[in-house]
Amino acid sequence: MSIKGKAYIMGAYEHPLRDAPDKSTPQLHAECAKGALEDAGLTKDDIDGYFCAGDAPGFGAMSMIDYMGLRNVRHMDSTETGGSSYLLHVGHAAQAIAEGKCSVALITLAGRPRQNKFFGGGAGKPGQLTDGPPEAGYENIYGGSTHNTYGMCAMRHMYEYGTTSEQLAWIKVAASHHAQYNPHAFLKDVVTVEQVVNSRMISDPLHLLDCCVVTDGGGALIVVSPEVAKTLNRPKVKIMGAGESPKGPMGGRGLDLTHSGAVWSGPIAFGEAGVKPSDIKYASIYDSFTITVLMQLEDLGFCEKGQGGKFVADGNLISGVGKLPFNTDGGGLCNNHPTNRGGITKVIEAVRQLRGEAHPKVQVPNCDIALAHGTGGSLGTRHGAATLIMEREA
Amino acid sequence: MTDVQDRPALMTRQIPAPAVTIESKPFWDAAADGKFLIKHCNACGEDHWYPRALCPFCFSDKTEWKESPGEGVIYSYSVMHRSPSGPYAIGYVTLNEGPAVLTNFVDVAPDGLSIGQKVKVKFQPTENGPPVPVFSPV
Repeated sequence: MSIKGKAYIMGAYEHPLRDAPDKSTPQLHAECAKGALEDAGLTKDDIDGYFCAGDAPGFGAMSMIDYMGLRNVRHMDSTETGGSSYLLHVGHAAQAIAEGKCSVALITLAGRPRQNKFFGGGAGKPGQLTDGPPEAGYENIYGGSTHNTYGMCAMRHMYEYGTTSEQLAWIKVAASHHAQYNPHAFLKDVVTVEQVVNSRMISDPLHLLDCCVVTDGGGALIVVSPEVAKTLNRPKVKIMGAGESPKGPMGGRGLDLTHSGAVWSGPIAFGEAGVKPSDIKYASIYDSFTITVLMQLEDLGFCEKGQGGKFVADGNLISGVGKLPFNTDGGGLCNNHPTNRGGITKVIEAVRQLRGEAHPKVQVPNCDIALAHGTGGSLGTRHGAATLIMEREA
Repeated sequence: MTDVQDRPALMTRQIPAPAVTIESKPFWDAAADGKFLIKHCNACGEDHWYPRALCPFCFSDKTEWKESPGEGVIYSYSVMHRSPSGPYAIGYVTLNEGPAVLTNFVDVAPDGLSIGQKVKVKFQPTENGPPVPVFSPV
């Protein structure tokens, strides 16, 4: 497939300022976006693809999408190649549009090096103005960490749906049942619900054993064309569908900590793959905390919203025992969460399952369709969600 | 005396000076005067938080600062126990105007918080920076 003739540049805007002492960098990004939208005759809500590079302050696309209130984004790209990034983004946008991943892509660049020169750049000194992430001064001062921002999600989920610590504990119990067979797992001991709920409280209502491990290490993946795949002597794992979505407070109206971006990324991936949650034989579900798994299972449609606690209880996620075997490597909760980024190990274990190369004790019989889903950032503030559906090809 | 000792300590938290940008400077200048500002959009009529130059709902640049009484209810919270300086509470307040604000809850015991509880803003001094908004139960 070629991008030739598949995409058009229909809006363009160059900011008129050359010296911007009175505008923040996020504001300059937003004003450029507004100018390009007006040039094209489109509105902010038409944007479903967003591209930015290293000049976007803070958490890259996540900070800027939330700052600008881009609520319909389903394709994101923060590829950073310095000054050439934005040309590359046009090419990537054309690819995404050609593939149906988005239809209106916004690319922004902005900065104010003339001001940073005077302020010394970076975090700045006391009393000086800085040019950091737009949310920084309003949020970063409150001691937010992954533990307590996910804790807020769990607290709200319990309040709205009656979810219990014992139900959350079942997620860790299932992961530990799988980890016992993984010789590389950081934690190999099987734990009980009682051990999880009696482990020390880290941040209400999350206990020590509700939290993932901290590990060094890493992982890698090779993705090839069908032509190359034919020449290689390995079982073929076909990519069937992919969905992505940002989620953030977006101006603070209707804050909803009980849902994740999976409510949008999931249906996109399922739709593209042409399968349903009930078709999934194995699921790798991002497990930074037990609550992460529970919310994402609900949002992906494996059970009704609010029923996650009942769904995960009594070993329903244990391979060979329950209906939805998950994280059969032991996941981030027991096996590995390399450099605090668990996304790649989620794909790797799904590949093992589809190849039939998982540990025999946890291998799902006839595992032909698998899902991997990840969350990056924090469910309690702003995050990027991604869903991937894969199929074994005979 | 015994009664006082039996009560759990009220939570406090030393808060670092916030990063102040050209866009957020009016907020922090007002904070120094004890005023809690939010942003209001004159185009769509919505209030939002955190404050932005362009409205995150309609993208208009017709936004203006508006003083808020800083009253609302707790949307959610979590008390962090793994803290060398003692437990502290982070959470979101849903302001009466509508937007949710991330903050710390202070002057309250670790077990004294609940979702839906009424809270009000107060300003806490920082070292080498403007005072920052925190919330306490009313």
